[in-house]
Amino acid sequence: MENRHKNIGLSDETVLAMYETMLLARRIDERMWLLNRSGKIPFVVSGQGQEAAQVGAAFALDRSQDYILPYYRDTGIVLAFGMTVKELMLFVFAKAEDPNSGGRQMPGHYGQKKNRIVTNSSPVTTQVPHAVGIALAAKMEKKDYISFVTFGEGSSNQGDFHEGANFAGVHKLPVILMCENNQYAISVPVDKQLGSAKVSDRAIGYGMPGYTIDGNDPLEVYQYVKEAADRARRGEGPTLIETMMYRLTPHTSDDDDRSYRTAEEVEKAKLEDPMITFRTYVKETGVLTDEREQQMERDIQQLIDEATDYAEQAPYAKPEQALDFVYAETEQEGTR
Amino acid sequence: MPVISYIDAVTMALREEMERDSNVFMLGEDIGKKGGVFKATQGLYEQFGEERVLDTPLSESAIAGVAIGAAMVGKRPVAEMQFADFIMPAVNQIISEAARIRYRSNNDWDCPIVIRAPYGGGIHGALYHSQSVEAIFANQPGLKIVMPSTPYDVKGLLKAAIRDEDPVLFFEHKKAYRSIKGEVPNDDYVLPIGKADVKRKGDDITVITYGLCVHFALQAAEKLAKDGIEAEIVDLRTVYPLDQETIIESAAKTGKVLLVTEDNKEGSVISEVSAIIAENCLFDLDAPIQRLAGPEIPAMPYAPTMEKYFMMNPEKVEKAMRELAEF
Repeated sequence: MENRHKNIGLSDETVLAMYETMLLARRIDERMWLLNRSGKIPFVVSGQGQEAAQVGAAFALDRSQDYILPYYRDTGIVLAFGMTVKELMLFVFAKAEDPNSGGRQMPGHYGQKKNRIVTNSSPVTTQVPHAVGIALAAKMEKKDYISFVTFGEGSSNQGDFHEGANFAGVHKLPVILMCENNQYAISVPVDKQLGSAKVSDRAIGYGMPGYTIDGNDPLEVYQYVKEAADRARRGEGPTLIETMMYRLTPHTSDDDDRSYRTAEEVEKAKLEDPMITFRTYVKETGVLTDEREQQMERDIQQLIDEATDYAEQAPYAKPEQALDFVYAETEQEGTR
Repeated sequence: MPVISYIDAVTMALREEMERDSNVFMLGEDIGKKGGVFKATQGLYEQFGEERVLDTPLSESAIAGVAIGAAMVGKRPVAEMQFADFIMPAVNQIISEAARIRYRSNNDWDCPIVIRAPYGGGIHGALYHSQSVEAIFANQPGLKIVMPSTPYDVKGLLKAAIRDEDPVLFFEHKKAYRSIKGEVPNDDYVLPIGKADVKRKGDDITVITYGLCVHFALQAAEKLAKDGIEAEIVDLRTVYPLDQETIIESAAKTGKVLLVTEDNKEGSVISEVSAIIAENCLFDLDAPIQRLAGPEIPAMPYAPTMEKYFMMNPEKVEKAMRELAEF
């Protein structure tokens, strides 16, 4: 197999780290389903099949200064930006120590200021204008950071996508909009979602380049996001990147996808599963040896086991902590 | 002390805050070169440049959402909705996002934005340039809603809103913009958000209201005083969260309370004030709590006859005050 990563300036070590992050995201996701099906956690929203795009993109950003606004399937992105397995487990167990929300939000609603992971909500695509606002602040302050925001193809129909994209286009702001097109918005397939052939067709309306690329190939995603990041930092404005992939699981643990798609279709998509295709790549290019792979799997399992145990034992927030942090706590009496 | 108009107090507060803190910037429709459709931002584009007095696309959800994003990384945005009526496309951003950012992140993130919007009728604005929209937001913990009545309060409260650590909706009565004038010091001062202000002391009846209606109540109170009836006028100033202490204190003192709003009556801000008094002052009351408000129709019509029928005025307030005093 041809070594493609050298040509785009990626070392073996970096490619290995990408694969490891993808694998970690997948194994965490699988564990969450087990925990859900065994009655230990109430809810899972899954990112299986989307790890390549997430990790490829995250590695193309400057993880020491860029802001990310992930959506609810982006375990791979938040891991790459510094959220730990323990923190993710605390989140799904809704424990007080969860850094995303202290047990207030459903899983997947990421947020962690120290890693510049911007807090997110459930109404979809509201984060696009936020990313644009962060990019506006970067431009105003002449800072070098950019913002990176993700969303699904269904979400690209929301007004906030269009309003945010247009605003970014008008003011040439350093923001990357990445659509994770996993073919389904819960049950509704992409051909019932988009009037255009592609999400990226929408870019021209907002004065930015738009690309549709293989979301199962982390190297291709890396390349396009890197170029978009460079453009943004040069002051050349926003980019829309549509990454094509397939949602391998039901929408959430509360969804049964057998009612709207066939098992054959899912099985066919699994042949393109980036965990399989990218594993083949790293093995055949000699980046990952059998020995290293076995060690990696063992380490990841141990990490997840420890995180799961820790999170399961950790305390919930006290009931009355529900009252905290409606407003800033530093205010004087009478101003609340 | 200089006497200036309500809208000039808005401009003065904005200018002083932008001079004080380089993180403060403004965004909205027509606020730049044109200086705003009401001229609230006049001269600021020239003084601070197009980046800090930013003309946005016609896109209210983006105005709110972009402001939220910038606020989360340390800026102090002041967004303008051209009319309060046009805030509707931004409601998801304001309620689902701004109001919940601190809470949902367990105090990790915050969202110190101000959204200014002119509201209110009596200017031939018909259904979509006259509305009071505060009730839509007045049950959303995480938000604060300020609705000042005088130029002095406008300046002190707008500066406080810009310095506040949480999202503030700042509604300015558009009929007050040029019709209401008052003394405003050139000094830097802030007034507390969340505190009502007793605009006139009196022992016989209490009128609790906000915005332009405060002036109608004050005018009526002077007429009643000639007949020996002393009305206390409480200006809520912040309509959410409410200053329960001042409300209860005045209601208990006079025992007769009239609540006035230009908004529709049902589910309005004064309905909540009424509930607070009912819960706390039952044995102090000498008359049923009275509410004077707009009729239950969607919004005020254009024709002057129908607009006047909807709109609050000093005569309506005076009549209601006399009836209550005589109860």
